[in-house]
Amino acid sequence: MTDQHVRTHAIDVSSVLRDQKKTAEPNETCIKVENLNLFYADKQALHNVNMEMPKKKVTAYIGPSGCGKSTLLRCINRMNDLVDNVTIEGKVLLDDENIYDKSVNVAALRRRVGMVFQKPNPFPKSIFENVTYGLRIQGINDKRVLEETVENALRGAALWDEVKDRLNDNALGLSGGQQQRLVIARAIAIEPEVLLLDEPASALDPISTLKIEELINELKEKYTIVIVTHNMQQAARVSDYTAFMYMGELIEMGTTSELFTNPQKKQTEDYITGRYG
Amino acid sequence: MIKAWFKSGTPWVWLNAAAVSTCLIMVVGVLGLIVVRGVGHFWPAQVVQFSYQEPGGPIQTIIGEHIDSSITPAAMAKSTGYIMADDEDTLVQYLIKTGNRDITGADFRWILERNIQQQQTPAELMVVERREWGNFYGQLLAVKESGKIIAEGDQAWPAAQARIDQALAIFKEIAHLEKKEVGAINYSLEQLRLEQKRLQLNNRWDAAAEQRLAAEKAELEIDYKKYQTQLSELYRQIRRDSLVATTEGGKEIEIPVAKVVKVFQPNTMSRFDKVWHYGAKLVEFLTDDPREANTEGGIFPAIFGTVMMVIIMSIIVTPFGVIAAVYLREYAKQGFITRLIRIAVNNLAGVPSIVYGVFGLGFFVYILGGNIDQLFFPEAAPAPVYGTPGLLWASITLALLTLPVVIVSTEEGLARIPKSIREGSLALGATKLETLWLTVLPMASPAMMTGLILAVARAAGEVAPLMLVGVVKMAPTLPLDGNYPFLHLDRKFMHLGFHIYDVGFQSPNVEAARPLVYATSLLLVLVIVGLNLSAILIRNHLREKYRALEG
Repeated sequence: MTDQHVRTHAIDVSSVLRDQKKTAEPNETCIKVENLNLFYADKQALHNVNMEMPKKKVTAYIGPSGCGKSTLLRCINRMNDLVDNVTIEGKVLLDDENIYDKSVNVAALRRRVGMVFQKPNPFPKSIFENVTYGLRIQGINDKRVLEETVENALRGAALWDEVKDRLNDNALGLSGGQQQRLVIARAIAIEPEVLLLDEPASALDPISTLKIEELINELKEKYTIVIVTHNMQQAARVSDYTAFMYMGELIEMGTTSELFTNPQKKQTEDYITGRYG
Repeated sequence: MIKAWFKSGTPWVWLNAAAVSTCLIMVVGVLGLIVVRGVGHFWPAQVVQFSYQEPGGPIQTIIGEHIDSSITPAAMAKSTGYIMADDEDTLVQYLIKTGNRDITGADFRWILERNIQQQQTPAELMVVERREWGNFYGQLLAVKESGKIIAEGDQAWPAAQARIDQALAIFKEIAHLEKKEVGAINYSLEQLRLEQKRLQLNNRWDAAAEQRLAAEKAELEIDYKKYQTQLSELYRQIRRDSLVATTEGGKEIEIPVAKVVKVFQPNTMSRFDKVWHYGAKLVEFLTDDPREANTEGGIFPAIFGTVMMVIIMSIIVTPFGVIAAVYLREYAKQGFITRLIRIAVNNLAGVPSIVYGVFGLGFFVYILGGNIDQLFFPEAAPAPVYGTPGLLWASITLALLTLPVVIVSTEEGLARIPKSIREGSLALGATKLETLWLTVLPMASPAMMTGLILAVARAAGEVAPLMLVGVVKMAPTLPLDGNYPFLHLDRKFMHLGFHIYDVGFQSPNVEAARPLVYATSLLLVLVIVGLNLSAILIRNHLREKYRALEG
């Protein structure tokens, strides 16, 4: 790959990458996926995936629709357990502990690994109740603690100033972008270690998308973030590492600048240059 | 041309419109008939005095209210035995409510129009509503006190009014004493008797217990004596006065004031008086106990019983149905068995209701109730407590009957909750149970209310199974009263639906009761509408609160 080649990319991400000046220093591993195979009934959706995601960095999964990136993401907090007829083989290690071990408490795991979905899904309750939902489940009912958490979480999700005067209003009255930030606030209110974002901006308008992306940049100081996106500029803008998946297989993973400027595999190059997908 | 018209779809539109209008007309017709017939019942009608002469017979006087007329074609009248003149095309008959069943033996009489010589509405004609024997029609002559005449002629009417008001006040007091005070004492005495038997059965009947119970019993009996003397004094007072009146035939009879509910002279009443009378009758209908084999008086116990039963049924059926639906939809592995269960539940809704009644009687009353009696109320034997039809069994039977409706609509409600909401809750570390309790069930609550609304509508109108499991023609006591434990689930109760059947078809005086059937039907409809409206209001409130995600 040459610089010349990069400049001819259909999607010019090099300028974005230069601005961010990403460094590729080695990091402590947070999540490690080992030999992961996943079957929906007879159909295999993930083929022997192995990858490591470093702590307090943003890892992006990219790939064409149906390539298994969401499925892989949902393996990290065992959301796939809810699907009927699913078989999972292999290991996912969170801080060197296999989350598919029999002794693991799934609810406790999900408190450590928060998740934000493609479509905003606030509960039909007040904004306040939405943010405190996770805390109330843990039995925290102290009003002062709850109020403090709500403010911190909403500030953390860059929503506080917009909703501080109407915390008791129904969350469904917020705009789509606000709802999505509320859902992020809800997730970070229980202080997880990892935040999984499943195409968090795909249902939003450009301005809301920008806000979410800025938010991700701030959040990575505190959380390990894994984001699924089919928008390559977005991956380039927000992530430190990028994994390219295709047909249920992990094709290539590396630092974002490496992967976008110097892909090792032909399929990756074809995808990021827009030749297919 | 016609072909084009058919092709255009216009006939199809007309057909649809016709179907809708037919439905509308039927609904309006049903309600209209009930309202017109039922509402008119309490309006005081004119009392007419007929001079009536059958061919070759003497002139009679007939006094009564005009109820109905019938017109028969001459040919048909001839074939049934009437002699018709050549110039008569039709035979006109009037149905007259003549009352005075104690004297003439019948309340109603058909008369031929052609035999009526004269008809008038004299002002002095009076109607006496009595506690027995139905209405009395006639003229007031005098008022008696202890057998002596105290008012006659013009003074008689105001004197009668005053005496009747007085008697009604005494009657109220008697009823209060007998039902509330003496009733409570009887209840306590019965409890003491049962306690004694219980102690004896448990071999704990000793001198101390005997003494204690005897003391309590003595105390109650002192109270009882006190009320008894009060009552006999009241009875003496109420029996003192009587009215003397003449019937249509000129016969003089004496009516004890104690037996009078109301006297009025409809022919002199102004419009305002009539409205007042109508209102009073309506209030009586809604709040009083029935009299005279349910054909007179009010229907309060039936309203109360219906509402009570529906509420208890709702309390039973809602949790059961919801839990069953949650298991079927949320926990059970979807497959052949769940499909089978769903089919069974749906078919349960199609089982004729009388079958539920038979089941309720056989299983709930005899088996369940019998065993409860053996286990918990051995002291009451051989009298059954729960081993006999009663409010609890009726409510449970109807709960079973309406269970499918609640299950089906709750399941539909659960199925409509978006997956994303459940995932959102689970992703925050909630367990499945917490997700259900905190998010899914509240969001499905409007659907549960829909199920409950349908269940209430069905249960409140059901009659057949109730006759087997607890509804009676006349219940002496309400299932809710001031005696501990206040709610008596073992008691039998009255029900509007059964009341209609009983009054309309089982009473000795079907003709007199017919307007009451309409009035009661109207009330049943109103009760159901009322119950449904409240449920719908709650549902709309919940819907607003748990508005589902848009888009």
